Amino acid sequence: MKPAWFDYHAPDNLEDALVLLGDAGIDGRVLAGGQSLMPMLNMRIVTPSVLVDINQIASLNSLQAGPDELRVGALVRHADLMRNPAVREGWPLLAEASNQIAHRTIRNRGTVCGSIAHNDPAAEHPSLLVTLDGTVVAASAGGRREIPAEDFFDGMMSTSLEPGEMVVEVRYPRPRKGACFGFAEFARRLGDFAIAGAAVMATMNGGVCEQARLTIIGMGDGPFRARAAETVLAGSTLDAVAITAAADEVRSAVDPGEDVHGSSSYRRHLAGVMTERALEQAMTRARGDGNG
Amino acid sequence: MAREKTIQVTVNGRAFEKTVSVRRSLADFIREDLHYTGTHLGCEHGVCGACTVSMNGRSVRSCLTLAVQADGAEITTIEGLRNEDGTRHPIQQAFLEGFALQCGYCTPGFLITAIEFLEENPDPTEAEVREALSGNLCRCSGYQAIVDAVMSMSGKPAPENA
Ligand SMILES: Cc1cc2nc3c(=O)[nH]c(=O)nc-3n(C[C@H](O)[C@H](O)[C@H](O)COP(=O)(O)OP(=O)(O)OC[C@H]3O[C@@H](n4cnc5c(N)ncnc54)[C@H](O)[C@@H]3O)c2cc1C
Ligand code: FES
Ligand code: FES
Repeated sequence: MKPAWFDYHAPDNLEDALVLLGDAGIDGRVLAGGQSLMPMLNMRIVTPSVLVDINQIASLNSLQAGPDELRVGALVRHADLMRNPAVREGWPLLAEASNQIAHRTIRNRGTVCGSIAHNDPAAEHPSLLVTLDGTVVAASAGGRREIPAEDFFDGMMSTSLEPGEMVVEVRYPRPRKGACFGFAEFARRLGDFAIAGAAVMATMNGGVCEQARLTIIGMGDGPFRARAAETVLAGSTLDAVAITAAADEVRSAVDPGEDVHGSSSYRRHLAGVMTERALEQAMTRARGDGNG
Repeated sequence: MAREKTIQVTVNGRAFEKTVSVRRSLADFIREDLHYTGTHLGCEHGVCGACTVSMNGRSVRSCLTLAVQADGAEITTIEGLRNEDGTRHPIQQAFLEGFALQCGYCTPGFLITAIEFLEENPDPTEAEVREALSGNLCRCSGYQAIVDAVMSMSGKPAPENA
């Protein structure tokens, strides 16, 4: 297997990369970790005529955890994120869920921003960004803009990036005090893409859930924010009744497609089970130290 | 013309300078240009792990890396594992003694992955070993002997290499 011909550029600064991408327009692609793009090139599912390899741009290899937010540059690999002590401490959902992405060798290369730009409906990162209410920073030769997660993802493997534009960074606000997390996914083999998954951030105050953000993975169109279930959870103590009711809401809200990995009804069922598991984790943590 | 590039790569301690097509995979470069044919290709899309090599100390899929991306890198393949005196790397010995290979097609990828894993986690549980090896497929030996061979390294000093 061999990719079709392309022109290859590996600029060492962002400005040059943006000019190259701008000139290439729809014929250009960013090459980050290559863990999704290279298979598509090898199988000629995509045949871009220009590849802009961003791996030499040192400024993009930046991971900063500040008092207000976490900033993850376009060259931060899954392995870097999950091992970073400040991420594990402040954004445990990201660290824990990253452990479920693919296999170690793929996590050594694949990037967080690449996963977000790719928006595979079964991928973890798009849903984590929505759950944590994050923002995408996109840049082109014409300038920069910030795009809230929910406006960024635009259906299966599609985003609101324009031709010539790339993701330079994603940002995650620091979770509020009392935020508790849960994450669960189901795959047939360790490291496979999830058939269904759920990520939750519940903000607790005095044992009561003030606000919950719940996102379902693997339903076909990219991250699915389960708003009806969130409404059920708000004001509850994350007790068993609320958890069951939330899972019911998820089952009736999702509309998964069918593929070789499972039928629509199987996926819907799993979405409910994963919701319950994620919420039970969050609840256990809420009753523990109320942290993490 | 942005379709060929001259790269410098150190493979198993030996420095090479070669001009390569930009669409050449690192796997094809290692096998066909450098003739280190111990790196195997199974799927060529990242699923089987047979092509795993160590690049700058991290395991990578050489089928999902372009040769031009290895410019300036240090690479270790299966051929680079044995000790200078020609004896086997301890994990090669463990695979041999534990019958952890049959045809051997998958073995180079398993070894490179296992060495990186044991460096980080020299005393793993069986579940951790299974997780670490989950990205490598073996079509003939079955996995138990492979997991056992890696477990037999547990608690031993981290092997030097890769
Ligand atoms: C066997 C296998 C199993 C996997 N399992 C999982 C899994 O369980 N969960 C999961 O989430 N992922 C999985 N992946 C994919 C992996 O996580 C990738 O790392 C990720 O999807 C893409 O990141 P990347 O850096 O490799 O991007 P690339 O492959 O380099 O790029 C992917 C796409 O995004 C674009 N792109 C990349 N970076 C940017 C940017 N900064 N701005 C604009 N566009 C950009 C590229 O042009 C391309 O279209 C798996 C991959 C393999 C091979
Ligand atoms: S040949 Fe590279 S992972 Fe299968
Ligand atoms: S020993 Fe034959 S594929 Fe693993």
